[in-house]
Amino acid sequence: MTPARALRTIRTRWYVVAPVVLVVGGVLVPLVYLLVRALQAEPHTLWDLVVRTRNLRLLGNTVGLAAGVLVGTTAIAFPLAWLTTRTDLRGKGLLTLLGVLPLAVPGYVMAYVLLSTTGSYGTLAQVAGVVWPRLDGFDGAVIALSLSTYPYLFLNLRTALQGLDPALEESARSLGYGPWQTFGRVVLPQLGPGFLSGGLLVGLHVLGDFGVVSLMRFETFSYALYLQYTASYDRIYAACLALMLLALTLAVLVLEARLLRGLLLHRTGSGTARASRPHRLGAWRWAGYAFGGGVALASVGLPAATVGHWMTDLAAGGIPWDRLGTSLWASVSASAPAALLAAALALPVAYLGVRYESDWTRAVERVAYLGYATPPLAFALALIVFTLGAVPFAYQTLALLVTAYALHFMAEAIGPIRSALYQAPPHLEEAARSLGRSPLGAFASVTLPLVRRGLLVSVAFVFLSAMKELPITFLLAPIGFETLAMGVWSYAEEAMFAEAAPYALTIMFFSACFVGLLLVRERASTRVATETGTTAA
Amino acid sequence: MSTSLLSVQHLTKQFAPDAPPVVHDVSFDVDDGEIFAILGPSGCGKTTTLRCVAGFERATEGTVTLRGRTVEGPDTHCPPEARGVGLVFQDYALFPHLTVLENVAFGVQEGTRAQQTDRAREALDMVGLDGYEDRRPQHLSGGQQQRVALARALAPAPDLILLDEPFSNLDALLREETRQEVRQLLKDRGMSAVLVTHDQEEALSFADRLAVMRGGQIDQIGTPEAVYDRPRTLFVAQFLGRTNLMLSQAEGTAADTPLGRVSLTGEASGTVMVSLRPEHLTLKPPEADAGPRGTVVDRAFKGHDITYRVECDGSEYLVHTHSRVSYAPGDTVCICPRSPAVVLERRSTPKDVPTGATPDPEEV
Repeated sequence: MTPARALRTIRTRWYVVAPVVLVVGGVLVPLVYLLVRALQAEPHTLWDLVVRTRNLRLLGNTVGLAAGVLVGTTAIAFPLAWLTTRTDLRGKGLLTLLGVLPLAVPGYVMAYVLLSTTGSYGTLAQVAGVVWPRLDGFDGAVIALSLSTYPYLFLNLRTALQGLDPALEESARSLGYGPWQTFGRVVLPQLGPGFLSGGLLVGLHVLGDFGVVSLMRFETFSYALYLQYTASYDRIYAACLALMLLALTLAVLVLEARLLRGLLLHRTGSGTARASRPHRLGAWRWAGYAFGGGVALASVGLPAATVGHWMTDLAAGGIPWDRLGTSLWASVSASAPAALLAAALALPVAYLGVRYESDWTRAVERVAYLGYATPPLAFALALIVFTLGAVPFAYQTLALLVTAYALHFMAEAIGPIRSALYQAPPHLEEAARSLGRSPLGAFASVTLPLVRRGLLVSVAFVFLSAMKELPITFLLAPIGFETLAMGVWSYAEEAMFAEAAPYALTIMFFSACFVGLLLVRERASTRVATETGTTAA
Repeated sequence: MSTSLLSVQHLTKQFAPDAPPVVHDVSFDVDDGEIFAILGPSGCGKTTTLRCVAGFERATEGTVTLRGRTVEGPDTHCPPEARGVGLVFQDYALFPHLTVLENVAFGVQEGTRAQQTDRAREALDMVGLDGYEDRRPQHLSGGQQQRVALARALAPAPDLILLDEPFSNLDALLREETRQEVRQLLKDRGMSAVLVTHDQEEALSFADRLAVMRGGQIDQIGTPEAVYDRPRTLFVAQFLGRTNLMLSQAEGTAADTPLGRVSLTGEASGTVMVSLRPEHLTLKPPEADAGPRGTVVDRAFKGHDITYRVECDGSEYLVHTHSRVSYAPGDTVCICPRSPAVVLERRSTPKDVPTGATPDPEEV
């Protein structure tokens, strides 16, 4: 593209160019700025900051936590996925729902639940008189994160199991392998890609998590970053910690891509040929029910019961409606504009990606996903350092918080808009052009009405995600601005469990809406898939 | 030139600077009230030519003039919405969120809302779809959708209407009927149209004039009769239907061919490739001694005519006769030319083309 042509494109298509520049700039500039600022420190100071035993311990803790949570989520998600796809268990639909429902319990709410259940002042001690040793530190963090993130792995493994061609297993059996050998040598290897993509989501959540590790007082990069920021505010060291966390995230992304490439070579092209014959569980059925019930009890029942218990405890003294209302309004006033902004930014990005597929547009979408994968604390810190250095008047404003939410959660908005755009083929816009509409007019009169549903879903996703967001809010909220998530965290942090309950309950309500939306969409997409499948046949 | 409605001159389109041109130096004119067809195999550049005329692609070189106004040139690019050109897409591109009436009224932007609706109703009436105003396009049959698309393109009363393979999504029976209806409709209203198609029968029956395109260039322009009877190149001869090719020695207006001495449509000399359509040959009993003898290999009875495959001197020829000329496979017959043969342009004819019948254009 010649400079003259590029300039003309910018002038005539400003309404596409401007949002894309904002997306790419908004995500990349603060991160680069953070790197530049860190590198400005004296080389030996920098050396001292990076190479210290504390960092090594933080690295060990962070990686150890990620590994522990991966093991924990696998132990829960894998049997659950197998039970709901490959067995003759009844009520598989209900079990599947229970496998997704924990998404309604954010990690920090789960951490609050575990903390307030155990210990000598916990619910268990109060209600049943059982003093269970207080769950915190590594164990507490692993359990809280495993219980709240296993649905990501469950959904991916479930899809992978459903996609397996039963003919492969039958071939292995006819070649003389027993059921267990077949499982180990044919089924497991094919689950690799599904396991990796689910595991990646879990891993990114653990690296980005702040709520759980801070409540459980387990020192990972995120927690150290927070302590550094609040306690001493050593900007250079905080920046170094953020950069190390970023490097770790990038390493995970690269590792996943590497492993996936190796695995995809082995995958056959066939889709779902037919459903496989379900395994008869016989008497083992009860073990299956017990497992599913146990998981549901721990991940959904326990939070509901605990929060309910503390609510009644609090209600005796009167619920502070005023403060709750103020927090709710704070959450909404930041989340709603963020959702609209994210959808507005995602629309041109998705449009470019669908209509003008090229290396450039793919790169823009990658940047949007990078904003999502970046640990929120590191992203927020980068934004702080950047605004203080470049646009100080924006520091501690609601506008900055809204922008940060929008840039971070935009990736959630791209998906629904993308799939809606596939329903509006480019010919329609061309037809409108030939009937006298300008490019923007054709888009507004034809494409926009067709993607309206997708846009609404995007707005809802970002809104609900932003409602339960904690770390970005923590660093970027204006002074005196307290959202629902911050309410749960700060009361739980001070072991004021009853006071935290109404906030946790409200958060769980919004999160449940998020899960509901997810399920409705999932069902709609499978319905579309089967419908198109039957017409094709 | 000044009378033509659309004039395309030296149109060239390259999608990348170092890529070969998709359309190369294409020129043609369309007169007022004329139906023009661009015929060619897929990938020949016919749709790209159409999209340059509509304004969806920018020409790399050349000009497009509409009623004397240059809409596409070295320094001009008039956007599609300002060209006043209607377009009917292969997949119709009906707006799924609008009713049939709203679809048709979409392009009518002058006058009050009531006047717009009236115009749309008129257009729907014209294509015989009155009564379907409030349906959604997805609840109509393929033929009905096709007519809505046509009504939508006609409603703003454009100067020119472009049709991009508009009949290819209809089944065979419906296709022929719709084709005749649309042609009648355009002729009644004195509309000019450019049709793009890969179906030679469609181009021959629909258009007043047609251009045969290959590899981004136009091989020949003319009336359907002229192009069919007097193909200029081997490609045109083959693409418009089956023909018999013969390597011959020409001298003046006659040539010595494997089927004996045959008169030619024009003067030529030296070694040439000539073409004779199957219907320009006939069969006679061997005792007539009117031409070289051959053996009937196969016959296909088609009611009012019969197609014979006849082997003669190592080559196979196709002969169309009326159904009263009846032979059985194995019979010895005389092959007799009934019309002058056409000399094909030498430079576009490969050296190694065998003498005899060409394959079915549908399978080329």
